[in-house]
Amino acid sequence: MVAPEEVGQGPLVKLEVPAPPAGVERRLEGEETALEVRRLSAWYGSFRAIKDVSLRVPRHRITAIIGPSGSGKSTLIRCFNRMHELVPEARVEGEVIFEGQDIYAPGVDPVEVRSRIGMVFQKPNPFPKSIFENVAFGLRINGFRGNVREAVERSLRQAALWDEVKDKLHQSALKLSGGQQQRLCIARAIAVEPEIVLMDEPCSALDPVATLKIEDLMRELAQEYTIVIVTHNMQQAARVSDYTAVLMMDEDRAGHLVEFGPTREVFTNPKDKRTEDYITGRFG
Amino acid sequence: MSVTGALARPAQWRRRWLWRKGMGLLLPALVRLATLASVAALVLLLVVVARDGLGRLSPDFLTEYPSRFASRAGFRSAFLGSLWVMGFTALFSVPVGIGAAIYLEEFASRNWFTRIIETNINNLAGVPSIVYGLLGLTIFVRAMALGPSILAGSLTLALLVLPIIIVAAREGLRSVPYSIREASLALGATRWQTVWHQVLPPAMPTILTGVILALSRAIGETAPLITIGALVFIAFDPRGPMDSFTVMPLQIFEWLSRPQARFHEVAAAGIIVLLLVLLAMNAVAIALRYWFERRRLW
Repeated sequence: MVAPEEVGQGPLVKLEVPAPPAGVERRLEGEETALEVRRLSAWYGSFRAIKDVSLRVPRHRITAIIGPSGSGKSTLIRCFNRMHELVPEARVEGEVIFEGQDIYAPGVDPVEVRSRIGMVFQKPNPFPKSIFENVAFGLRINGFRGNVREAVERSLRQAALWDEVKDKLHQSALKLSGGQQQRLCIARAIAVEPEIVLMDEPCSALDPVATLKIEDLMRELAQEYTIVIVTHNMQQAARVSDYTAVLMMDEDRAGHLVEFGPTREVFTNPKDKRTEDYITGRFG
Repeated sequence: MSVTGALARPAQWRRRWLWRKGMGLLLPALVRLATLASVAALVLLLVVVARDGLGRLSPDFLTEYPSRFASRAGFRSAFLGSLWVMGFTALFSVPVGIGAAIYLEEFASRNWFTRIIETNINNLAGVPSIVYGLLGLTIFVRAMALGPSILAGSLTLALLVLPIIIVAAREGLRSVPYSIREASLALGATRWQTVWHQVLPPAMPTILTGVILALSRAIGETAPLITIGALVFIAFDPRGPMDSFTVMPLQIFEWLSRPQARFHEVAAAGIIVLLLVLLAMNAVAIALRYWFERRRLW
């Protein structure tokens, strides 16, 4: 906690936002949309965790969702592939448009949504099976007709894990280090060739070296996939993302969107006072 | 015992010092005694049974039918009867029990209805076995007109052990972390694919242990089978599920209720066989458990 008298005496943390490569100044207007969120609200029983969030997730970019604890970041990202409703008594209002289709429309099978919009979780959660089986599982259950071995190798290479595990594909995935396990979970997610990969604080259980590896990996993956990452680490959002959404909560504790734009703009020239206070470390 | 040892604290720390020391020695001795008492009871049982029965144990004992003469009495029909009954009991109770557990743990929503079902299953596990005998008599023997057959006996025992299997299987399913289910669902697996490929395999060791425990209970049950009218004296091999039958504990009970001491030796021999079968079942359970645990890679 910051002592009251220290509040308001200028930024406590100076954030370094890397300048984008020449000629790649991001502008939301010029982007294709991968996922369009319209007036989304989410509840746990009678508690409203998300209120009226609308935003367009740009295609083949990394979008970070940041905000203080309890502002509904994880809830929001779980609404993007219908994982939220797995919690008993959870429900959603509003629309999430993916490939021209509202994924919450009646008749849409959540199983299909999840096979097109993958997810990586906070704590690495490999299956208690071999490394190979971890990646192959998604292929099998989705009725993949191609060569499973090749697909597994391709996914592991894309996740920058192949060289470390190629000689022990049939060993337990749980013998890998935490960072390797998380990259395995990413390989597993991209093996089924989703359009979007959602990452819910993927580095919060990892050490700094493993975190940097995952961040490098995300940059690589953004060439082929749309990535949405929830993070409580503002430096990470600044380092890795193209666009940043900031969630805040009011007295009613429901999270809502206060700012969304190119990461550089959000961090250097925030439009909202609360964003500025948050990213400069005055609260959060 | 000296109150002030080399490292003794000053007097203000020595309140009830002897009491604490004494309890520290006494209570561990008591719990050790409790363990020894249960082991001693088991050893005593084995010694007494072995003393009476070992002399009567021979290959003939398993191949001969029961007889009026103690010297010729055999265990054959009871042994075969137990195998038949156990086979059918497992056939009915294992799939239904695991199925019910999967439904309750993985599919049912939590509401008043499922809570009533849960409470009932937990209570059913404690209902005296003779009550199941009456149920079997009413439903299977009379209403479904199966008569006192192997099928009726198996169905009755299946009902008896069903709650045990359900409770054990739920325990096993619950031991699999939720994050595994999430990982599977997020890949686009259906709930059923998730249960079948990711939840059931790591839960199997626990489930199997419960199944074997349940069947071990069923193989020793006597009261419900007497209630449904299983015979105690059978001089032929059961050939199908509709045949009348006897089982090992029933035959032992019959021998014990005879006045001649020679028959009590035969009963002791029967008990040895029953215990060996139980032991074999537990060995199978341990082997299966080991095998599944090796496949589970955590």
